[in-house]
Amino acid sequence: MLIAISWRNIWRNKLRSLVVIIAITLGIMAGVFSTAFMKGMMVQRLETAIRSEISNLQVHDSLFRITGELKYFIPKGMALAGSIDTLEHVRGTAPRIIVQAMISSAEAGSGVSVLGIEPEREKKVTDIIDHLEEGQYLEGVRRNPILISRKLADKLNLHLRSRVVLTLQDLDRNLTADAFRVAGIYRTTNTSYDEVHVFVRYDDLLRLTALPDGAVHEIAVRTDDDRFTPAVQQAIRHLAPRLEVLTWEQISPELRYIVAAMDQYMYLFIAIILLALLFGIINTMLMVILERRKEIGMLLAIGMSRLRVFGMILLETVMLTMAGGIVGIVGGILVSKYFEVHYIDLSMFGKGLEQWGYNSLVHTRIDPALVVTVTLMVIFTGIVAALYPAWKAIRYDPAEALRTE
Amino acid sequence: MKIIEIRDLVKIYDSEEIRVTAVDHIDLSFEEGEFTAVVGPSGSGKTTFLNLVGGLDRPTSGRVIIHGIDLWSLRPHEITDFRLHNIGFVFQAYNLLPVLTALENVEFIMHLQGWPKAERQRRAVELLEAVGLADRLHSRPSRLSGGQQQRVAVARALASRPRFILADEPTANLDSHSTENLLNIMERLNREEGITFIFSTHDARVVKKARRIITLEDGKVIADEKR
Repeated sequence: MLIAISWRNIWRNKLRSLVVIIAITLGIMAGVFSTAFMKGMMVQRLETAIRSEISNLQVHDSLFRITGELKYFIPKGMALAGSIDTLEHVRGTAPRIIVQAMISSAEAGSGVSVLGIEPEREKKVTDIIDHLEEGQYLEGVRRNPILISRKLADKLNLHLRSRVVLTLQDLDRNLTADAFRVAGIYRTTNTSYDEVHVFVRYDDLLRLTALPDGAVHEIAVRTDDDRFTPAVQQAIRHLAPRLEVLTWEQISPELRYIVAAMDQYMYLFIAIILLALLFGIINTMLMVILERRKEIGMLLAIGMSRLRVFGMILLETVMLTMAGGIVGIVGGILVSKYFEVHYIDLSMFGKGLEQWGYNSLVHTRIDPALVVTVTLMVIFTGIVAALYPAWKAIRYDPAEALRTE
Repeated sequence: MKIIEIRDLVKIYDSEEIRVTAVDHIDLSFEEGEFTAVVGPSGSGKTTFLNLVGGLDRPTSGRVIIHGIDLWSLRPHEITDFRLHNIGFVFQAYNLLPVLTALENVEFIMHLQGWPKAERQRRAVELLEAVGLADRLHSRPSRLSGGQQQRVAVARALASRPRFILADEPTANLDSHSTENLLNIMERLNREEGITFIFSTHDARVVKKARRIITLEDGKVIADEKR
């Protein structure tokens, strides 16, 4: 019965309650949408990092990652990659030779990481092919094709089929060079990555570096789903106990920290919105109990305990808050769902965002845990907002309150 | 059988500017089944007296003993509980909950007492029928006349099966027809069911129906007449 009374009490002054409910709705809706937006941005960054840059797992000689030296290769890397391919939950492996080199055009030069890849296998692991702006994926050029980024092409004034020279140290520390021809130009959402990564065929780089047949520096591994990554990591460690097998989180811990920190910022953001709403709700409830002073006096007089009166005000405040909260959460989810399918275009800030590896077309992402937490935070806000007005209500002296005109 | 004993009851309102003795050394007792009017001019202490007897206001000194229990020796939450189970209240301004229907208003006090839903609904209907409101069970107070609202208030006061009912100027806001109607109901309940009524009033028509009249002046009992 108290629930019915509290609910009906909310609608005694419809306009006032609606103003509060709309304020809460808009606040929560903005909060949920903003967090879905931030979450979407972060998840896209993470997915880009896994899909285009790091993969779920990488296998190296343990010294290669520290020194980057050519001599720390995996001798029978190609065979190992073949074995990893057969493991459960492995979508694909990309064996690579990686070497630091100088790339020179007729006009300028730049330091780059050259990745010697097997195009067909690489396609299963990274999505560079999806980012091709021009040309083909190490095809269409018969001898020494090279894939470079738009950023590097602009910097070195290169075009499709332009000729470049890669200069590097081979395994015997001899300086060696060869000419390559631009077969394709790609552009990911991370310009920092693009500027220093070029792709050539595995066989071409193997010849140039004088590494033994089957040697690789890195085997990038994509799993069917990131939740299988730890299990696949264990399986690879069984296959190659002397090699370093690292997950993307171990390779790039800052990414994990950013995601975790962002989650906390999102809760903080919602908490700030709710704090602002809290004072509005307290103010409304103080008006409510002042207006109903005589009625509360009557309830106390006929024998309603102070605890029950407290509960009634508490219930009414929580219901008022929840009414706005639920509509806000549902509204926030609906708007976020819309932009999950469509996208928010931030192209006007594209350059700045891409510098940090963020996509300028953002798909929002609703985190179910966030929805549950926001709901609990709204209920908590309602309870906190009720405390002072409810406490004031139970301090009324029934005889005095009944005399109120 | 004596149900209320009042011994040397005093209530003084003491503020910085003024000191008022609203109830001045009153000694009285009430028997079960009484139909008593407390009368007197404005400011004579009628409402304060009823508030002290009903446990709404704490006396400065003296005792209110109801069925052997010294009311003001109880702790505050015990007094609230005592009111709930022993005293029915009818107020001058009806004071019904506007968001509840007539039926729900009567039910509410039984809900507070912890009655099962079916039982309290049955009793609420019976009581509303008894006060002549069988056809207004589902009307909210805003759809009822003053007289009808006050009859709902009487039904509500009866619902908790109190030992007695305190009514503070119950007819003050009613027209003559409604007053007559309400008084007849209260008198019938008193006569047929033995319910004790103590009410304060200015109204000569109410006084005429009372079987005991206590007259107050300046907080003192100046007359106590039984008919």
